[in-house]
Amino acid sequence: MKLPKFDYACPATIEEAVALLARADGTARPISGGQSLMPMLAFRLVQPSLLVDLRHVPGLAAITIGNDGVHLGAKVRWCDIETSAALQAAQPILTAAVRHIAHHQIRTRGTIGGSIAHADPAAEMPCVAVLCDAEIEIVGSAGKRKIPATSFFKGPLMTALQPDELITGIRFPAWPAQRRWAFEEFARRRGDFALAGIAMFFDMRDDKASNVHIAAFGIGDTPLRLANAEAALNNRPLTEAVIKACCRAGHQEVDPPDDIHGSSAYRRGLVDYLLGQSLRRLAGHSAKAGANAH
Amino acid sequence: MRTDVEINGKLFSFEVEPRTTLADCLRYKAKLTGTHVSCAHGFCGACTVLVDGQPVRSCLMLAVQADQCSVLTIEGISNDDDLTPLQKSFRKCHAAQCGFCSPGILMSAHALLTSEPDADEDRVREVLSGHLCRCTGYIPIVQAILEARPAYKKQQSELP
Amino acid sequence: MTKVNSFIGAPIERVEDLRLLRGKGTFIDDVERDGMVRAVILRSNVAHGILRNVDTSAARQMPGVVAVLTARDIGTPMPTIPLRHMTVPDVVRPYEQPVIAATKVRYVGEPLAVVLAATHEEAEDALEHIQVEIEPFPAVVSCRAFQPPAALLFEPTGTNCAITYHAKRGSGPTDFPDCYVRRERFTTNRHTAAPIELRGLLAEWDDGNGRVTVNGAAKVPFTTRRILSKLIGLPIEAIDMIECDVGGGFGVRGEFFPEDFLIPFAARLLKRPVKWIEDFREHLMATNHSREYDADIELVCKRDGTLLALRGHVFADIGAYLRSTANVGPRNIAQFMSGPYRIPEIDIDVSLMMTNKSPTGTYRGPGRFEGDYMRERLLDLAAADLGIDRVEFRRRNLVTADEMPYQLSSISPPEVAAYLDSGNYSQTLTHCLEQFDWETKSKRQGLQDDGRYWGVAIGCFVEGGGSGPLENARMVVGTDGSIAVYVGSAIVGQGVETVMAQISADSLGIDMAHIRVFHGSTTYLPDGYGSSHSRATVMAGSAITLAAEELKKAVRKSAALRLNCAEADVVLRDTTAHGPNGSSVTWSELASEELAGFGTFKHKKNTYAYGSQAVQIAVNPGTGHIEVVDYVSTADVGRVVNPLTLKGQVIGAMVQGLGGTLLEHLCYAEDGQLLVGSHADYLMPSATDFPNLRAFVKGEYPSPNNPLGVKGGGEGGLICTAAVISNALASALSEFGVSPTSLPLSPPRVWEMIHQPR
Repeated sequence: MKLPKFDYACPATIEEAVALLARADGTARPISGGQSLMPMLAFRLVQPSLLVDLRHVPGLAAITIGNDGVHLGAKVRWCDIETSAALQAAQPILTAAVRHIAHHQIRTRGTIGGSIAHADPAAEMPCVAVLCDAEIEIVGSAGKRKIPATSFFKGPLMTALQPDELITGIRFPAWPAQRRWAFEEFARRRGDFALAGIAMFFDMRDDKASNVHIAAFGIGDTPLRLANAEAALNNRPLTEAVIKACCRAGHQEVDPPDDIHGSSAYRRGLVDYLLGQSLRRLAGHSAKAGANAH
Repeated sequence: MRTDVEINGKLFSFEVEPRTTLADCLRYKAKLTGTHVSCAHGFCGACTVLVDGQPVRSCLMLAVQADQCSVLTIEGISNDDDLTPLQKSFRKCHAAQCGFCSPGILMSAHALLTSEPDADEDRVREVLSGHLCRCTGYIPIVQAILEARPAYKKQQSELP
Repeated sequence: MTKVNSFIGAPIERVEDLRLLRGKGTFIDDVERDGMVRAVILRSNVAHGILRNVDTSAARQMPGVVAVLTARDIGTPMPTIPLRHMTVPDVVRPYEQPVIAATKVRYVGEPLAVVLAATHEEAEDALEHIQVEIEPFPAVVSCRAFQPPAALLFEPTGTNCAITYHAKRGSGPTDFPDCYVRRERFTTNRHTAAPIELRGLLAEWDDGNGRVTVNGAAKVPFTTRRILSKLIGLPIEAIDMIECDVGGGFGVRGEFFPEDFLIPFAARLLKRPVKWIEDFREHLMATNHSREYDADIELVCKRDGTLLALRGHVFADIGAYLRSTANVGPRNIAQFMSGPYRIPEIDIDVSLMMTNKSPTGTYRGPGRFEGDYMRERLLDLAAADLGIDRVEFRRRNLVTADEMPYQLSSISPPEVAAYLDSGNYSQTLTHCLEQFDWETKSKRQGLQDDGRYWGVAIGCFVEGGGSGPLENARMVVGTDGSIAVYVGSAIVGQGVETVMAQISADSLGIDMAHIRVFHGSTTYLPDGYGSSHSRATVMAGSAITLAAEELKKAVRKSAALRLNCAEADVVLRDTTAHGPNGSSVTWSELASEELAGFGTFKHKKNTYAYGSQAVQIAVNPGTGHIEVVDYVSTADVGRVVNPLTLKGQVIGAMVQGLGGTLLEHLCYAEDGQLLVGSHADYLMPSATDFPNLRAFVKGEYPSPNNPLGVKGGGEGGLICTAAVISNALASALSEFGVSPTSLPLSPPRVWEMIHQPR
């Protein structure tokens, strides 16, 4: 599992990086933390002609928290998110999700930009980005553009990025302090890719859940907003009947694959269960049997 | 390609292919074979070293990406005269059997206790979960790391 | 202050740690030789078919490539890898693995070519440029013999069943009127040992002397040398097998694989050192698989719970070839399925079925992990049906000390008998129940307040170990005051250097600091039988006691001459020999070639460590996840040499057992593709999975079968694991009426038991 041959460049500016990608006509790949790309190279699943290392490109590693939301530079590492108390206060679902990502020794190098660009269907951050209606900021030889996360993920390991484009940052909309939220996944061991996971938030208005957002990952080619599950909960109180209806809707709504790690029926069952766990905890009912023993 | 890396306090200059991993550079170029390679795809942790103070899987890093970085390996936290307090604790608790996964675990443990000498059992297990060991079943390793905490607390209190 | 005769039994810290904890061990990948070439093996990605052509012409032109070898370079007759023991050569020979594929391929992973290049990277680059033509056949992926198979792996034999062994005890009734009979079908999951250090070899050819040195030997270096000698056509004396530090074995490393021929062969052909290091994806398809069985087993007992018979037919999924230890697990599952229990009538057949999967071999507790699972499940099913307490059911059927040596079933062909040697099984069962707090924990059963289903289970096991036929030890006094002890045992991380030093020190009556242990390599002794079947402490330890006696005799003789006194007047204190009138001489002053002792320990009787295990689990019905809340193991190993290392073995084995029961599975597709290629798919236990394990070891009932009274104890920790977890699950989910009869007990499978019962 030695890596295939490739050239390596370490540009000093983003413009140089984009130019290198453009010149390679689709055969080059950017690399930052490398935690997703390096295993692909080790298995020779990708064989780029050139790696463009972003390590010296400035201005991509900041965490900016403001009234209009949170902005994370593409090179922000998982450990930076984990250790930012300000971020935990401003956007707690991010910190909660990061705790499930791989292991401590991966989180010292893995970046949010890398994970979003890699688009593994069982990864946590693409789901959180979709859930929160985040905006992906991109630069390429055609200039800058922004893509909503909800249209960014096209399939397993496929995104809307052109070969000469780089993610520069992700913007998350403002997050009210009283927002109710949950992030739950089930993985075989701590740090494994989820067999299924859900993320949700809603705002309480007159004792009813409003602005309901529910997303699931590990259950299809991309993270999915569960529109039917949202509809079952939106503008309704968190009664047991409503919770059950929401879980049932989520259960019907996903169409997960069968694979060696679990059947489609099993993954549906997980979505149902994880939705139930989250909602009952948020409703203040006792949530028995924590989903994640890890 | 040239890459200049400080390893265990000494400056090295290597001529490598871009595709050479930091792990292979340490083992075959610097001849520091204490860092071991097993899975080569970032799961087992046998290749763990510290890069700029942080534990990193050296099989998931290119040697050229370590240019201008400071790397610490198992050789850098050992000395010839005696075992360090962490190593003594491992020996006392029988935390190594075949010893193949041990250098990587010692690096993670050293980094953890240096920054968190009060780490509790849950935290130790969490950090250790990034390493695979097939021989010990982990229980003696957790015990060894916890028992090494006083030595690190003492070191921390002695810092100016 | 020297402490004499006190090293055995003490928790001595390991001498190996001094280098291993500093990263100063020398593992095979740390070894280099000038001018060496790197080997990478092209492996079949088709499970079954005719190998039409392997075109290496493009690959040979690639940068750095020195040569590409195929079957053509090895020629005819193509060497095949023999079974190591208990073989019926004429029957099994057709199923032996050729060292490289020549006419057919039979499993994904089978070697097709060897690329030799200046660097590992260049060798791997060349792999993609080898053109392979295979005419595919249907793949056989099931070991059940009832339907005609999809294809024959070995057409000339006309069958995919290589051999059937028969385990038999008693010659009594085959008919049991008014008795309870329970028959079940069980399947166990294919998995493997997966040591963290992957396999590797570095072979050096000395053209002037016609000798080859193979670095990276493990487990059974003398046997590997014998096999290589025959296959490569060199006398045994022309081959040295050198053991380095070894990163775990568990049975799979060190057996004879195709690479053990191909790498030395390449070195001789190229007249250059050749180094090969496996990678993980390769390891999963190229190293021995294990543990996959499909069995129909029937338990018969009286209505009062007295066990009468154990009968049935086991199908072993062997894989594509009978490799060196392919027959051991299958023989064990049948011969030892009765475990520590008194079962007068035993009649179990085990058929070795060839399938288009990676070949199998021994993995810790081979056949015992699987057999105990089947037997203990049947015991719980019977106990429930008969309304008898599970603990009492077991206790009344445990073999007692006054029945020993107790004859177990014999297995043939060839016929091998076995006898339980010593012990108080009931006492260890009680100890386990107490430490576990069975009384309290067994009350917590079924759905509990936390929304999970809780259950407990208990099981009893025996661990066969200390296998013969012999082992050698040699002790030599050095002029520097050290005593070198050479043993035929191999290391895998189990602490041989420390344990053997303890035994040596006590046998000689000297301080352990004087001892240096040398192991494994064929350069140290004329012959040895390595480390397998938990034999090192028993066999090498016993050989050491004999060598020590010889060495002390030699010291007395030499001292008597030097001090001009009678041998009977010489008194040994640590490493000084004292004569009358205050004269003395140190051993190092006497050191010469003759100041040595050699010992050979021979036997034909294995030892049986034994114990009990209890487990409490909590099952999450929403996810199917099983939490191991408490897992206790108690064992008696006859005599404890080093309680620290022994306990380490037990805990390590318990976690491996849990991995095999809950996490690990080498799955195949219908076309014979191995679906598991990385750590993302082959899930091994990590530090957060099983934190709640407790192990208790003692040595109160020595084995009569060796001078030390020790019993092999490195495998027992996992023999009962699948048994107790499965029984605890059945107990936890009893309201669903589920009976787990297949492994692994992964979350989806457990979930299906609850939500989709058949």
